[in-house]
Amino acid sequence: MENNNIIQLKNLTKTYYVGETQVHALRGISHTVKNGELLAVMGPSGSGKSTLMNIVGCLDKPTSGKYFLEGKEVSTYNKNHLAGIRNKKIGFVFQNFNLLARTTTLENTELPLLYSNIPGKKVKQMAMEALSLVGLRGRELHRTNQLSGGEQQRVAIARALVNNPSILLADEPTGNLDTKTGEEIIEIFKMLNREKNITIVVVTHDPEIASIAQNQIHIRDGVIVNGKTE
Amino acid sequence: MNILKTIQVSLSALTRNRMRSFLTALGIIIGVGAVIAMVSIGEGAKQEVEERFNSMGTNLLFVRPGSRSYRGRHGGAGTYTNLKEADALAILNGCDSVQYVSPNVNTHTQVIYQNKNWNTSIYGVSDKFPEIRKWEIEEGVFFNESMVKSGQKVCVLGSEVSKNLFEGAYPIGQIIRINKIPFRVLGVLKSKGESGGWFNQDDMISIPYTTAQKRLLGINHIQSIDVSAVSMARSTEATRQIEELLRIRHKIAPGSEDDFNVRNMSEIAEGAADSTRILSILLGGIASISLLVGGIGIMNIMLVSVTERIREIGIRMSVGAREKDILFQFLTEAIVLSVMGGLLGIVLGVTGSWLISHFSGMQTLVSFGAIILAFLFSASIGIFFGFYPARKASRLNPIDALRYE
Repeated sequence: MENNNIIQLKNLTKTYYVGETQVHALRGISHTVKNGELLAVMGPSGSGKSTLMNIVGCLDKPTSGKYFLEGKEVSTYNKNHLAGIRNKKIGFVFQNFNLLARTTTLENTELPLLYSNIPGKKVKQMAMEALSLVGLRGRELHRTNQLSGGEQQRVAIARALVNNPSILLADEPTGNLDTKTGEEIIEIFKMLNREKNITIVVVTHDPEIASIAQNQIHIRDGVIVNGKTE
Repeated sequence: MNILKTIQVSLSALTRNRMRSFLTALGIIIGVGAVIAMVSIGEGAKQEVEERFNSMGTNLLFVRPGSRSYRGRHGGAGTYTNLKEADALAILNGCDSVQYVSPNVNTHTQVIYQNKNWNTSIYGVSDKFPEIRKWEIEEGVFFNESMVKSGQKVCVLGSEVSKNLFEGAYPIGQIIRINKIPFRVLGVLKSKGESGGWFNQDDMISIPYTTAQKRLLGINHIQSIDVSAVSMARSTEATRQIEELLRIRHKIAPGSEDDFNVRNMSEIAEGAADSTRILSILLGGIASISLLVGGIGIMNIMLVSVTERIREIGIRMSVGAREKDILFQFLTEAIVLSVMGGLLGIVLGVTGSWLISHFSGMQTLVSFGAIILAFLFSASIGIFFGFYPARKASRLNPIDALRYE
């Protein structure tokens, strides 16, 4: 197993049962993501990209196939173990931000640290570092409903980064933002990838994001139709 | 996630919804308050009854003649006239668990002092009467043994009689007329207050029983015997000894009915305590139901709260909260609500019972045990009724929870 491969997917399938009907969301996905890569996952809605993201993000388990994260086969882990992986290895950024309502920027950023064993003193320090990385230093006591959409997404990115995860997963991060704020977010992703060497997998329709990605995969009907690999 | 962090998270979730949290806890507040107030009323009544019986002496026994039956027809209790002075003396000398005896004859008659008169009970008793009934002398002295033996015309007044006849004048040494016979007043008894409402213990005059037999009633039997056991613990033994002795003295064949009966004050007190205990249980039980309803209220709100916060649960899970973290968070919220409710309920209950005794004059007793019990009960209600919603929250699938609108 090459150390440089942070994510290895081997023939992943996912089948849902809706009543009697079988829905094949993924029909055999194999792909490898290298450390420091920025990968764009594209495809029409219903193609299975969200299902893929959920599996890569350890929110869901594949029906068959293997998923190696940093060389460890996480597809066999139980729920609790997966929660630990999400906490330590994975940062999530969602289309609709998913911040806690009526809670401050700082508290939102600290959230993942509450579920790890980091001592209270260090929690604040780490959260402040993550916030300055996304340019929100000084806004830490603002409540999320007092922030603009772009700022909310930046809080979400800070929250995703606070635990120094191995990979950052983003699901349509600019989907709910106007073009200009979307560009700011894209700049942050670019900076994180180029300067901090963070591995990013992003599901998107946005050609701008796709343009900064080193690699793209297109998914249709649960399979990769063209993997542009270097 | 450690306990402190969990409590912190729960508290911040509860303070985000202050009004709802308060209304949820209100059920518990009222429940705990009601339990404490109701139990304090019951305990107060119990204590009051116990105090009254204690004031009469718990080592007290009464010997009364039984009911006489003539050709199958029973007369009322006390219709025998076969209880004699000698029986009383025999009890004193023959039963080692008996301390004092006082042969009694009672009557009710008019008493006169100068231009005032009063109708009251006349107790013909022995000089040991104050010791047996734990009765203290306010002024003067009680009559002594030789006065009883010689049947002197002396008397000791109950405080109520003294008040009515003398109206503040000094009664000692004065002559009052009982049934037109002159009696010299030796002393006045300390007031005992009304006893259970059925008679006023202070509205009476004590005279030597010998005098009462000869001068007032013209009889040579006695109507009852007051006996004090050497201790409360030995009063049951004393009862048995007296029964054995009197059966022999009255020549009662084995198997036939006693022509007397002996009652033990601690038995009577126990009976009264039993009925107040039932009162306590009844009041506490009714109040517990409101506590239970309060608990169901907590469960109801927690279930609503879980549904309302499915997204929040999803977010927490996506950043690494485990099932047990979510379970503990919601369980802690329920416990915090019920414990806070319990504490406020204690304040309400203690204040409530104070107000009850202040405004109604009812005696209340807030027992430490009731407080602890109500508090623990409310905390366990939090755990019990909080568990189901908390488990429901922790079992959510993170993907579905994140998508929930």
